[in-house]
Amino acid sequence: MSDLSRRPDGAVVGEVLPHESADLHVTGHALYTDDLVHRTRDVLHAHPVQAPHTHARVAAIRHDAALSVPGVVRVLTGDDVPGVNDAGVKHDEPLFPDEVMFHGHAVCWVLGETLEAARLGAAAVEVEYEPLPAVVGVRDAIAQGSFQGGHPSVARGDVEASLAGAAHVFSGETEMAGQEHFYLETQCALAHVDEAGQVFVQSSTQHPSETQEVVAHVLGRASHAVTVQCLRMGGGFGGKEMQPHGFAAVAALGAVLTGRPVRVRLTRQQDMTMTGKRHGVLAQWRAGFDDEGHLLALDATLTSDGGWSLDLSEPVLARALCHVDNAYWIPDVRLHGRIARTHQASSTAFRGFGGPQGMLVVEDVLGRCAPALGLDPAELRRRNFYAEGQETPYGQPVRHPDRLAAAWEQLAASAGLDERRAEIASYNREHEHTKRALAVTPAKFGISFNFTAFNQAGALVHVYKDGSVLVNHGGTEMGQGLHTKMLQVAATALGVPLARVRLAPTRTDKVPNTSATAASSSADLNGAAVKHACEQIRARLVEVDGGRGLAWEELVRQAYFARVQLWAAGFYRTEGLRWDVALMRGHPFKYFAYGVAAAEVEVDGFTGAHRTRRVDIVHDVGDSLSPLVDLGQIEGGFVQGAGWLTLEDLRWDDSDGAGRGRLLTHAASTYKLPSFSELPEEMHVSLLEHAHEDGAVYGSKAVGEPPLMLAFAVREALRAAAAAFGPDGAGVALAAPATPEAVYWAIEAARAGRGDPGLVTGLPGLVPDQPAPDDPPLHPRSAQAVAEVPAEVRA
Amino acid sequence: MPAPDVTVNGQSRPLTGMPAHTTALDFLRGLGLTGAKEGCAEGECGACAVLVARPDGEGRSRWTAINACLVPALALDGQEVVTAEGLGGPGDLHPVQHEMAVRGGSQCGYCTPGFVCSMAAEYYRPDRAPTAEPTAEHGPNGFDLHAVGGNLCRCTGYRPIRDAAWALGPPDPADPLAGRATAPAPTVRTTRADGFARPADLEEALALLAEHPDATVVAGCTDWGVEANLLGRRAAYVVAVDRLPELRGLTVDDETVEIGAALTLSEAESALAGAVPLLDEVWPQFASRLIRNGATLGGNLATASPIGDLPPALLALDATLVLASAAGRREVALTDFWTGYRTTVLGPGELVVAVRLPARQPDVVAFQKVAKRRYDDISGVAVAVALHLADDHVITRARIGLGGVAATPVRARATEAALEGREWSAATVAAAADVLRGEGTPMDDHRASAAYRTAMLGNALPRLWAEREVVEVAR
Repeated sequence: MSDLSRRPDGAVVGEVLPHESADLHVTGHALYTDDLVHRTRDVLHAHPVQAPHTHARVAAIRHDAALSVPGVVRVLTGDDVPGVNDAGVKHDEPLFPDEVMFHGHAVCWVLGETLEAARLGAAAVEVEYEPLPAVVGVRDAIAQGSFQGGHPSVARGDVEASLAGAAHVFSGETEMAGQEHFYLETQCALAHVDEAGQVFVQSSTQHPSETQEVVAHVLGRASHAVTVQCLRMGGGFGGKEMQPHGFAAVAALGAVLTGRPVRVRLTRQQDMTMTGKRHGVLAQWRAGFDDEGHLLALDATLTSDGGWSLDLSEPVLARALCHVDNAYWIPDVRLHGRIARTHQASSTAFRGFGGPQGMLVVEDVLGRCAPALGLDPAELRRRNFYAEGQETPYGQPVRHPDRLAAAWEQLAASAGLDERRAEIASYNREHEHTKRALAVTPAKFGISFNFTAFNQAGALVHVYKDGSVLVNHGGTEMGQGLHTKMLQVAATALGVPLARVRLAPTRTDKVPNTSATAASSSADLNGAAVKHACEQIRARLVEVDGGRGLAWEELVRQAYFARVQLWAAGFYRTEGLRWDVALMRGHPFKYFAYGVAAAEVEVDGFTGAHRTRRVDIVHDVGDSLSPLVDLGQIEGGFVQGAGWLTLEDLRWDDSDGAGRGRLLTHAASTYKLPSFSELPEEMHVSLLEHAHEDGAVYGSKAVGEPPLMLAFAVREALRAAAAAFGPDGAGVALAAPATPEAVYWAIEAARAGRGDPGLVTGLPGLVPDQPAPDDPPLHPRSAQAVAEVPAEVRA
Repeated sequence: MPAPDVTVNGQSRPLTGMPAHTTALDFLRGLGLTGAKEGCAEGECGACAVLVARPDGEGRSRWTAINACLVPALALDGQEVVTAEGLGGPGDLHPVQHEMAVRGGSQCGYCTPGFVCSMAAEYYRPDRAPTAEPTAEHGPNGFDLHAVGGNLCRCTGYRPIRDAAWALGPPDPADPLAGRATAPAPTVRTTRADGFARPADLEEALALLAEHPDATVVAGCTDWGVEANLLGRRAAYVVAVDRLPELRGLTVDDETVEIGAALTLSEAESALAGAVPLLDEVWPQFASRLIRNGATLGGNLATASPIGDLPPALLALDATLVLASAAGRREVALTDFWTGYRTTVLGPGELVVAVRLPARQPDVVAFQKVAKRRYDDISGVAVAVALHLADDHVITRARIGLGGVAATPVRARATEAALEGREWSAATVAAAADVLRGEGTPMDDHRASAAYRTAMLGNALPRLWAEREVVEVAR
């Protein structure tokens, strides 16, 4: 057992605790960025001028009329930017664009004494547009050859030879929609300038350090002149990893130019039309199986809809390609990826970060091919699980694959799957108009940022003379319970009661150069950094104690008078990671998180309406740091994944009319996320037993993202239920999301005996698009940084 | 007339100088209360939910949760409001807050105060009682999950919130809010503010409307509030009619059921007490409890939405409307009320006073709403069916109302003709289903394709027939 993972007796980690802010949440006392406005004097309110075109050149902006609106103070345009006019880090997303790249793109911002004044001022700004043709949707982009960024590939073996020799070859397409984050708190920033000219930005951001960098470059200042603080977020889910930067920069720019605090808070509609979403993906694939249903080869091209700029599309695509295998050994693999450039809001990080899209491809392949192979889908999946000694397509050994099998068996027993399958079969025989079905799916998810450099974290721990402890670390709190876990880690590492420890808000002037709170790895990274800081202090105190066994308060008091440093900075970097970003090979993940889910659904044959009757989950969180928090992440992630796959339906106007490219589902009334009515009637979650993870803090595992992908079980169950309306053993294609309408059409196809017309049998089949020889490899921002690192360090 | 004010968490707060479009949410946040939050500004997410003391019709008060984002602050003149802060504070948690906190009911916490308020309203519901037969929607403590159907949470997946709701016991008799509920609700105050008026009675309302022909009439503001927030619509003058006594009656006699236009849907549901079975099928599918606590019958009809849920049902029930203006009263059939997309026969200064239904209830009723989400969604298609049978097998009268398939709610008259006079049988249903499939002029939009809408029309009667068989088997 490693020092990092060993858990002392009486550890506070592992205790069942509510969220550290729970009492503040339930009483309305917890403060979010916009709650600070009332406490700040003389705040100006910012309102965007959103373009009513999907693609256009901005010929002129005239804002005299806006300035004459009572209460309007200033209009911010590109001319006001003293530094770099870019809201991101790739220089492809101007903060004030001269070319409108999507419907609702903000071309300038109006500052007013009230939000009403700013709104009326924005309406009075006259912008002259020259409309240009637009690319809408990933298929339109493919047809027009509109791509951006690199074309990564993951390959192993000889796919062509393997397919040629396979007993069964199938091909098809899998298209999946994106997803709106719909964090309940919309994007928000509040900036002011202090007496020394330093800019202080309160931002609802998952990545304060990058928000700081962007604000600094927009203002043309060094990073030390900008401090970003995040108290907490009302949800993030990846939507506040890159998206907050531009809004923080607008607030900061306004504050610098006016000398007054400036608030930017988006309305829901502004947020939905202006900010990025999960990438929709179109995959074309060919798969080969032997007579027993073992996967022999998979050849696939994934085209993601990147929207108008790169944002995080390249690393999202990299993770997608690294997750197409999911839980399955595929000897010969060829996976290509490319990013469509479309005139839509720029797609971005969303819980799972490409993993869900990659994994959905293989789950769709298995779900559709199983009937054609004459196999039960669960059996087909189980038969293809990784075994000890096998590697992923990108060359990383799969450690602990036995945990998948163990979880699978545990679930089969605890959920009574065999008995329930028999009950369902009998129910379906007796019911003509409703059908039930049950499906089981696995998830394997790699933990660590693919980009090695991000796998580092810092912490700053203070012990005050009275024995109280204050913890700073680089991670942000968005509801995932990170701060709760960090308090438990600090209390454990120092050996003090939880009540002695407090957590300070995340600030860039306390812990610098932090990575985004993302990739599920914040507890791993920041936990290890907090632990490192605490252990330094603890070691010094042990020396002071000299075996006397002093009480904590007395020990701290004596240490102070002995002039012993009572605070420490902690640092952690994940060891053992390697990743060649151009070759897409290496050992990018510290470990894999595993889970298995079974879902039972009921489908109404008249409407396609469906409900989830029961969900059973066994999930591997290692030795849990905080079981109630982890349970919440598993359940919440699952329901969010089920929302993506069965309900949430982003629609853009893809007509040739004047509104082409406009987001049609841009409000809570038109974009429906799961509500109470989608809560499964029964939900049983258990944590995998004997799951110590040697490579992570106190033996725990990351939990934020992996459970989202357990929701594949719901989609596969819907597929089976729709198929149950047709002849026995026939397959069915199902759209993603499987809305009631989509399920209804699947039922109709099943009834008509044409369940899956898109599934092509035999070679050559649908051959996935292959990249041109001169297409660039993946070159994320990280590539540049990697190129600057000496080769011996990279190895 | 006193200067407008509102009691917030027990403290009087002035409403002077408030523009008519300032929402209760912005007003409360302007007081420094951070519990109520904006999540969507259109009554869909419930993050802004607060409690108001409403009359329960029997001389007591009912703590009622509403969306503060939709209600003008001035509409709260004279009222009593409680926010999450007013229920309890850290270290002094209300039972609802306690259960939510310890069971993992909050993650990011942003939706939580709104959930707490919706749950508190149900916690105090006087007729909530433990049941030996809990269902998927009613807990062992009688807690109805529909109470929180208008609150969205993006983090938890809802299970811990359900567990918190179902763990609640009865209120402590010493609980001050429980005590407050035994006393009468605040009396309705007549309000006059800049651009906003709450008249005392119908006569005064009609006079005001005659005087302000460009006035916007509001009741629960669940539609106008959305337009004000999302589209920036501003009213020249607002007349609030939600408390007019003449619009809040409910009478049932041998001939007619008359429902006041300004009764909220929750009030109408409660007061009808099952007297109109078709409406009992509509209530749980109509938006959410938070919306039903504000929205009124009159408002739902007068906004003339083609996809409202009540219109198809009321068409199927042969409703007529009582209209009033300064010039007098008239009664129009609901079928004649809408003149086109979002337009009605209402003249300048004319109000919907009441909805009248024949007292004799149909023998077969069904309300089928097809939407993406099971509850709290807007229908792609809504079909309301009301059939009168003779001797239990001949259809003597058929009425079918449709929503979502034309510019206005419409009657499926060809289908009605295909049913009337026929035997109530599978064969009749099959023949009529084909007729219904061709009714209306469905369109493609983001809610549903035209083909799906058409299919749903075609399946409506077979579905009704099949569900009827299931019910009979269950008997």
